[in-house]
Amino acid sequence: MLSRVAESLYWMSRYLERAEHTARVIRVQLNLMLERETEDDDRHWKRMLKSLAVEMTDVKEGEAHAVANSLIHSTASRSSIISCIMAARENSRQVREQISSEMWEQLNRMFIEVKRADANEVSDVDDFLQAIKEGTHLFQGITDSTMTHGEGWQFIQAGRSLERAAALSTLLGVHFREFYGTDAEPEPLEWMGLLRSCTAFEAYCKAYTADLRPDRIAEFLMLSPSFPHSIRFSADALETALKQVGAEVSSRRSARVERIAGRMQATLAFGQIDEIMSGGLHAYLETVLRQCSQAHSALYQTYITYPIEAALQAS
Amino acid sequence: MAGTVTQSALPAPFQDYGLDEAYDEMVAPDGTPRPHYEHLYQALRELPASEFRRRQQISDLSFLHQGITFTVYGRTEGTERIFPNDLLPRIITNEEWSHIEKGLAQRITALNLFLKDLYHEGRILNDGVVPRELVYSCKHFRRQMRGLYVRKDAYVTVAGTDLIRTPSGEFVVLEDNLRVPSGVSYMLVSRQVMKRIFPDLFRQCGVQGIEHYSQALLATLRALAPQGCAEPTIVLLTPGVYNSAYFEHAFLARQMGIELVEGRDLVAHDNFIYMRTTEGLRRVDVIYRRIDDDFIDPLAFRQDSSLGAPGLFNAYRAGNVSLANALGTGVADDKAVYAYVPAIIKYYLNEDPVLNNVETFQMSDAAERNRVLDHLEQYVVKAVGESGGYGMLIGPQSTAAERDEFRRRVEADPRNYIAQPTIMLSRAPCIIDGKVQPRHVDLRPYILFGEKITVVPGGLTRVALKKGSLVVNSSQGGGSKDTWVLH
Repeated sequence: MLSRVAESLYWMSRYLERAEHTARVIRVQLNLMLERETEDDDRHWKRMLKSLAVEMTDVKEGEAHAVANSLIHSTASRSSIISCIMAARENSRQVREQISSEMWEQLNRMFIEVKRADANEVSDVDDFLQAIKEGTHLFQGITDSTMTHGEGWQFIQAGRSLERAAALSTLLGVHFREFYGTDAEPEPLEWMGLLRSCTAFEAYCKAYTADLRPDRIAEFLMLSPSFPHSIRFSADALETALKQVGAEVSSRRSARVERIAGRMQATLAFGQIDEIMSGGLHAYLETVLRQCSQAHSALYQTYITYPIEAALQAS
Repeated sequence: MAGTVTQSALPAPFQDYGLDEAYDEMVAPDGTPRPHYEHLYQALRELPASEFRRRQQISDLSFLHQGITFTVYGRTEGTERIFPNDLLPRIITNEEWSHIEKGLAQRITALNLFLKDLYHEGRILNDGVVPRELVYSCKHFRRQMRGLYVRKDAYVTVAGTDLIRTPSGEFVVLEDNLRVPSGVSYMLVSRQVMKRIFPDLFRQCGVQGIEHYSQALLATLRALAPQGCAEPTIVLLTPGVYNSAYFEHAFLARQMGIELVEGRDLVAHDNFIYMRTTEGLRRVDVIYRRIDDDFIDPLAFRQDSSLGAPGLFNAYRAGNVSLANALGTGVADDKAVYAYVPAIIKYYLNEDPVLNNVETFQMSDAAERNRVLDHLEQYVVKAVGESGGYGMLIGPQSTAAERDEFRRRVEADPRNYIAQPTIMLSRAPCIIDGKVQPRHVDLRPYILFGEKITVVPGGLTRVALKKGSLVVNSSQGGGSKDTWVLH
């Protein structure tokens, strides 16, 4: 597979995951606003922006809401949902011949929808966000059932897993910093919001009942081996995808990137929540984030931007 | 276009279908449908207008969702546009087609011999059949190709020749496209759509298939593999996603199952070409290039090109990689050289041309130039090295200011222009605003030249969607329709 193609598939997938994550987080936030004290609005919006890792150096008092709003349909912001969909579509356009026609058509349809929504001002934000979620889910289903589960598909999996692991780490970090170990005990509403932002509320209740306890929430969202929106699950998926890519390309050069993904997976697989909580949750999440970025760079150096001399020697 | 428009006595929905002096593909001069259009004619009479609208919507949506677009240059917004596809097929009889096919095969054979001769001995120039200065002053003549051996002497591997039909019903050649002709994907896609929209009609008519185009193209490219290369790696080289024909590049690569590469994916090393893959570097043997000569290698041609691959030309010269089409083929589709094609056919094949040219006047000839400039409103004037309907004046439809502008341009650089009498292109029925209306059309069949010559039965019928317009180029408001060659 062409390096450029692998790169485009990887980013297409990351951008779609980002769009879906952003849509979900905003949707939960809008829902929570209905039940909160209005004077705290600004604080909540700011926290949400932070949890999405959106730069907000110049947000003035009382304007956080507007900034969050622009996260939906401002083409000026690169983190906005519409920008992510456009970037995903642009990446897939570059590799049209590599993905199935059905995938392209679905992504193109989403693009046409968000562009139309942008033109007419979204009348019902909730519907719009729901449509983004459903659109990306549909795209994922189409991808799984119409594309060969070969190298290209594995790069798509790698992109999504890496993006998800990083996004979850950021989201958890921001929430726990604000609500855990401080004097002000947060309302159960905030913990529910966190779980909902990861589509984890129902799954959590099945595992631990509706008794919302921070350490259990952390354990579930970080270490659950079977829940798709946990960091552990994403790390597993990332490792599997990279191993499969390595097997496909039969190149010794793949060892490094597999080692990095394997180490990240192992850290989570053998992690104990009580140790993590006592040893410092934030330091732990920082490590996960650092490993994500290492995996990303290693993937680039191995498959995409390798020096020509090295490749000539190897062949 | 002032002309005698007879009020048609045709029944609904053909009330607006008046005949004029142009050849009509569907209706004979006496007002009755031609035999090969009978099925379509009946279907049109029976289908209610609402049904047309419904089917047009299906067709439009299918093009939109597949993202079948082309890019219009020189505008800032909305550059990516849907290619308008008209619902009604253009129908050609088997007999007409055999004639066309024979003429196209003859033409490409002669043009390939011409190109080989030009870049080697130059016999045709020594014999004075084609003027030497005309060839050497051609913008697309590539001196770098002198003495270079082209695999199998296949200079032009893929050609798209534009045919038009004169009022007498004769097919004549308007121009050859021998560099990187495009449009074949629209032919293939619009056929898929048509089979969905008019399945019954399609069967009734008995239409020859065109779906084997991709296999034929692949076989043609495979035949170009460098000596001793049994399983060649073939790639399609595209300028990238912002090129007007990108959809087509991706489409063809997918249909053939070959990699779609950009210049930045290619690496030259030791006179071999490699592509950068996740497994490391992989050797490339045949390149179906859809990049113009100028941009293909910044070391050999334009230095400011970032689309090509540095070092590609040396690998090509060394015979380690084959290109389709070869470089420098543009000299043979120069509009001034075009006038000599009948002589070229005679010279190499000792045959008369099967398909005639349109009469062409060289603006570099003082007598011809003066005659044309005196009656500019009667002629079509074209820049010789341009394509896509850019750089062109249609006399009868021009304003006095436009004519003055062109007169200045022609006088400043006569070699760069030719003129042709304005020819009424034939007309075919189209659905416009829910009604059947006549529009002018041309025909671009695609010819493949490798081990053998393949012409898929059909081609791209381009339609001038504006009423009365004679310009069919997609960049100038043209559309397309499916072309049915009958058994």
